[in-house]
Amino acid sequence: MSDFEHASIVLCPAGPMLLRGEHEIQDADGKTHRTVRPVSAVCMCGGSAIKPWCDGTHRLIAAKARGDDETDG
Amino acid sequence: MLPKSRGTLSAAVFNALQSGATAGLEPAPESDEDAQIALWALYELHYRGFEEVDPDLEWDADLLRLRRGLERPFEAELQRRWAQSDLHADPELDLARLIDGHDGPSLARFVQRKADREQVLEILQHRSLYHLKEADPTSWVVPRLDTRPKAAMMEILFDEYGDGDPNRLHHHLFRRGMEAAGLRTDHACYVDEAPVEILAMNNALSLFGLHRRLRGAALGHFAAFESTSSVPSRQLAQGLRRLDFPEEMAAYYDEHVEADSVHEQVARRDVCGAYLEENPSDRDLLFLGAFTCLDLEARYARAMLARWDAA
Repeated sequence: MSDFEHASIVLCPAGPMLLRGEHEIQDADGKTHRTVRPVSAVCMCGGSAIKPWCDGTHRLIAAKARGDDETDG
Repeated sequence: MLPKSRGTLSAAVFNALQSGATAGLEPAPESDEDAQIALWALYELHYRGFEEVDPDLEWDADLLRLRRGLERPFEAELQRRWAQSDLHADPELDLARLIDGHDGPSLARFVQRKADREQVLEILQHRSLYHLKEADPTSWVVPRLDTRPKAAMMEILFDEYGDGDPNRLHHHLFRRGMEAAGLRTDHACYVDEAPVEILAMNNALSLFGLHRRLRGAALGHFAAFESTSSVPSRQLAQGLRRLDFPEEMAAYYDEHVEADSVHEQVARRDVCGAYLEENPSDRDLLFLGAFTCLDLEARYARAMLARWDAA
């Protein structure tokens, strides 16, 4: 029994999926990517230019939906 | 090497640092720039110091008294800017609203699309003051945190410091990029080129990092910094490639697109979220730190874009 919650997979609201520890991820093209950090962020919005990893694009998508004059990538 | 003085106070401070005769210095700068460069040099004693300055002066009581005399009005000014912002009056304010709601000009977008090579070299020189000791000012905070935010902070800092591999350490990556771009890479070697806005950004980080009382502000600053890094880093990398900068320089920013997408989430949720649960009275300090990060960044961007007539 742990004292603190510390999930190895965390879904961030309107953001990426955090993945703790070492993993191999197969992308949609069948290519395998190894994690290199203690925590990795996996793209969940589909808009990332560096899939399978998150590049912050979900923020631009959210800003466009709000009608902000946001910067494009 | 000590920087060039920018007024009577900084001239007196740098003389005292070299001679060791530190008594009697009064915190009476002739300008903000004079105050900021003096404060920057006093903080630098806690990082890498200066070849010509006795390392024992790091804890010299006269210099610490002087530093305090410069920090007080600086902190009051940061508080004033925060208290006067529209966001401060928002009754439903939380960290996400503050970061997403702050509006400022984007230097990264200018680099992506329009900047010329000379302008980008100038920005890199300015940024080197922080990037060559990236994450160091925030690391002061770690021993002052309780279990949950401390563990989360270390999860991020371990990544900032290369995950145990010196080749991947972020300030080393920046050094490699500068070297490849034909720039000097000694610690703080471009301090004399740094405008007052850059000195203030660096001094705010050290102020928040070195005072336990302000640890909430250090965490808020950190979360705002990481949350506004991924997209601008991608724009900077695109601008660098547009201008045919060496791949090493662009790669530094590529790394930040990926790493800071992670750090942003962990900093907001696990560092600041956990810290606020345990220290609810530090809410405004956390916001002060986040606002200061965004505000000083916007102030620098405005100054540079105005100078280049590019707003």
